[in-house]
Amino acid sequence: CTSRFWFNYRHVANTLSVYRSVKRLGIPDSHIVLMLADDMACNPRNPKPATVFSHKNMELNVYGDDVEVDYRSYEVTVENFLRVLTGRIPPSTPRSKRLLSDDRSNILIYMTGHGGNGFLKFQDSEEITNVELADAFEQMWQKRRYNELLFIIDTCQGASMYERFYSPNIMALASSQVGEDSLSHQPDLGIGVHLMDRYTFYVLEFLEEIHPASQTNMNDLFQVCPKSLCVSTPGHRTDLFRRDPRNVLITDFFGSVRKVEITAEALALHRGVAALESKFPEEELATEPLKYAEQLPVAQIIHQKPKQKDWHPPGGFILGLWALIIMVFFKTYGIKHMKHIF
Amino acid sequence: GGMAAAAALLLLLLLLLLAAAGPGPGRADAGRERRDALREELLLSPLPTGDVAATFQFRTRWDADLQRGAVSHYRLFPKALGRLVAALGVRELHLALTQGFWRTRYWGQPPLQAPAGAELWVWFQPTVTDVDKAWKELSNILSGIFCASLNFIDSTNTVIPTASFKPLGLANGTDHHLLRYAVLPREVVCTENLTPWKKLLPCGSKAGLAVLLKAERLFHSSYHSQAVHIRPICRDASCLAVSWELRQTLTVVFDFFSSGQGKKDWSLFKMFSRTLTDTCPLASQSKVYVDISPKNKENELLEVSPPPTSVHEAIVQGERKTYAVYDLLSPSLFNTSRSLNVQLKWQRPQDSSEMPIPTLHAQRYVGGYGLQTGQICTLIYNTHPYRAFPVLLLETVPWYLRLYVHTLTIITKGKENKPSYIHYQPAQDRRRPHLLEMLIQLPANSVTKITIQFERALLKWTEYPPDPNHGFYVGSSVLSALVPSVTAMKDMDVEQSPLFASLFPSSDGSSYFVRLYTEPLLVNLPTPDFSMPYNVICLTCTVVAVCYGSFYNLLTRTFHVEEPSRGGLAKRLANVIRKFRGVPPL
Repeated sequence: CTSRFWFNYRHVANTLSVYRSVKRLGIPDSHIVLMLADDMACNPRNPKPATVFSHKNMELNVYGDDVEVDYRSYEVTVENFLRVLTGRIPPSTPRSKRLLSDDRSNILIYMTGHGGNGFLKFQDSEEITNVELADAFEQMWQKRRYNELLFIIDTCQGASMYERFYSPNIMALASSQVGEDSLSHQPDLGIGVHLMDRYTFYVLEFLEEIHPASQTNMNDLFQVCPKSLCVSTPGHRTDLFRRDPRNVLITDFFGSVRKVEITAEALALHRGVAALESKFPEEELATEPLKYAEQLPVAQIIHQKPKQKDWHPPGGFILGLWALIIMVFFKTYGIKHMKHIF
Repeated sequence: GGMAAAAALLLLLLLLLLAAAGPGPGRADAGRERRDALREELLLSPLPTGDVAATFQFRTRWDADLQRGAVSHYRLFPKALGRLVAALGVRELHLALTQGFWRTRYWGQPPLQAPAGAELWVWFQPTVTDVDKAWKELSNILSGIFCASLNFIDSTNTVIPTASFKPLGLANGTDHHLLRYAVLPREVVCTENLTPWKKLLPCGSKAGLAVLLKAERLFHSSYHSQAVHIRPICRDASCLAVSWELRQTLTVVFDFFSSGQGKKDWSLFKMFSRTLTDTCPLASQSKVYVDISPKNKENELLEVSPPPTSVHEAIVQGERKTYAVYDLLSPSLFNTSRSLNVQLKWQRPQDSSEMPIPTLHAQRYVGGYGLQTGQICTLIYNTHPYRAFPVLLLETVPWYLRLYVHTLTIITKGKENKPSYIHYQPAQDRRRPHLLEMLIQLPANSVTKITIQFERALLKWTEYPPDPNHGFYVGSSVLSALVPSVTAMKDMDVEQSPLFASLFPSSDGSSYFVRLYTEPLLVNLPTPDFSMPYNVICLTCTVVAVCYGSFYNLLTRTFHVEEPSRGGLAKRLANVIRKFRGVPPL
């Protein structure tokens, strides 16, 4: 979600509903990078704190009890987004904020916000263009950071964002064509804003029926939200994809199944491990008892010496100035006066 | 006879078998006693305004030396934090994420207060050579663990206090160059910060007191503060060895009107929409304390049900208080019903005029008008009738509010009050914030007003956040004081006393240490019109295109007269028809 401010509640609800479906179908938090540009759940304007609803019947709290947002608020910028995609992140970034994918990973990217012909607006202050996005995906392809990529975008004129892709193995869906606006679903009078966008609402309905073993394929996803329900025409692009969309399962991108083998027999650990564990390192005991520090040592504070500024050798400018002065002096008066100084 | 002998033989055989099995591969720690322990407690204290404050504390204590780095088997102590402490040479770590403000004037002294937003202060070990680098790495790692934007902590909001924030754990020297303090007042706290905090608890949120932590109720409150404190403590009374303690505290104040629906009677179900059902099997102690101290020396006004397992009296924050204790580990508590719902009822309506005033409270506000100058005013109240005590004030002001220290005035009872200690470090633009630390003597029964004027800076246009018209926050100032107690406190054993009474190490009983925070300030900076570059480009391009373009055309184009062509046959025929009609020709 790339939009800020309370009236863009629906973009946060869009993103959270996709996040929720993806978690339900088996992808763990360590494999999800969630970016929300503003906080709606604990916003002072939210009459029901810690909740984000997708429908005005308030049945489904898409925020949930178990959410982990990786990029929050001011951290959602074009630069951070591109760095996550391409992997060029500063070394001190924690693991949960990195996209740790390799050439066997299928990646799902879902973006929502306000957009236009060829750009997507980030936080009301900057934009990402379709050219930049296409180049980022090409970088990912060259670095072997994905096997297959599904790109879904729910903004106005969303189809313009996937026009420029040129890397293989990318499938893209958008909620509206160039020249059309994506519309929101319905407002809620209690919360006071529109709760969700139409396209994502119907996608969420579609995904609620998927379970980890279902065989639904991509063609069904392309049929979600026809013009009669969505008022805009959803589009898709499959020419860069190597497989036929009929053979691509939804759970290839939205879900993940991990191979778990359950065994009832006990496993004997190596004898060496037991020896290692039982040998606890010798601890040195202090010779005299340690004590806690005084929290407000008034006498010590009053008599504290002022902190001596660390002495630094004179910087280049001062040295240069002095060298200039000395040079001028000697040029004027001659070198024989040096013995008067030293 | 025979049967008994056979049974005894069987028993002997069984014992022999067990002895012969010996320490098998999976029982390596059978000989070693458990070196870590978990204590959890919940304190419910009704506040004078009708609200109720609930403080959860989960304390994991581990008798191991994390600094050695030889530990690899983590049991109750979370591995994420243990590895962090060992790898970065951290001696003490205190991180608090808070939403809301604790209103000391109406609610009394807080057990442990935190400023709005995120606050992180860390003492490093003397062996750390580059403290700033370790500090930056630490804030990045913590931002990943707690899903908070702590990676915004850098040199522009970090300060090195010289007198405040002395270590809360064992220390054998307090070189303040090893201390770093940063506060992010703009930080939002929501379920995504609570989720990883709950995951650090040994039982998670599945058993014990943590089942009450439901986000939808906890954030629908006036004040929500969750914190993590790691520090070394004495292992036993002789204090020759070091244990590591991790305290996770969560304080929440439920509002009388929104959560209480206007009624002063509270219960666990009303507050948390859940009741306690069982205890955490990993906890060695699990208790619920309810503050039933009489407020005005008359009969107890507050009634608790079901009847508590015991009643505990303690001197907390200098006053004698009585607590009803529910010990969740005692078997008698859960035998009647599977759930425990503690209910607090007032026996007779409380007079609103009897609100006790805390001895020390403060407030802060911005004065002045316009977008150029202003002043920060802090009012500190000492309501003790005859005792004076000093208070240490720490203010961190961002660099874009340029403080003028020559305008600093401290006035008490109409006269100027000179601080006994003052440390001021001016800001460097875009590099360091202002730091002002003062030790001020507060006379008895007085109000002290501290004012300092500032000038607002104009930032570069790329430095404004996406929503600059919201304003810029100035972090809360910190007041540390040793407040004289009403009743002298005895030295207590840390292990026996409840957790809420043993956070600050007490030196002598005549005063207790308290750390208060003032309100954060919201200041508007002069904001440029961000659409201005676009407007300028449009206007300039139009002017250039119209004026220069026209001149260019006039000067560089040559004009010829063009003969009108006679036209083809069709045109001549059409012209004939048009002449007949009387219409002008083509």
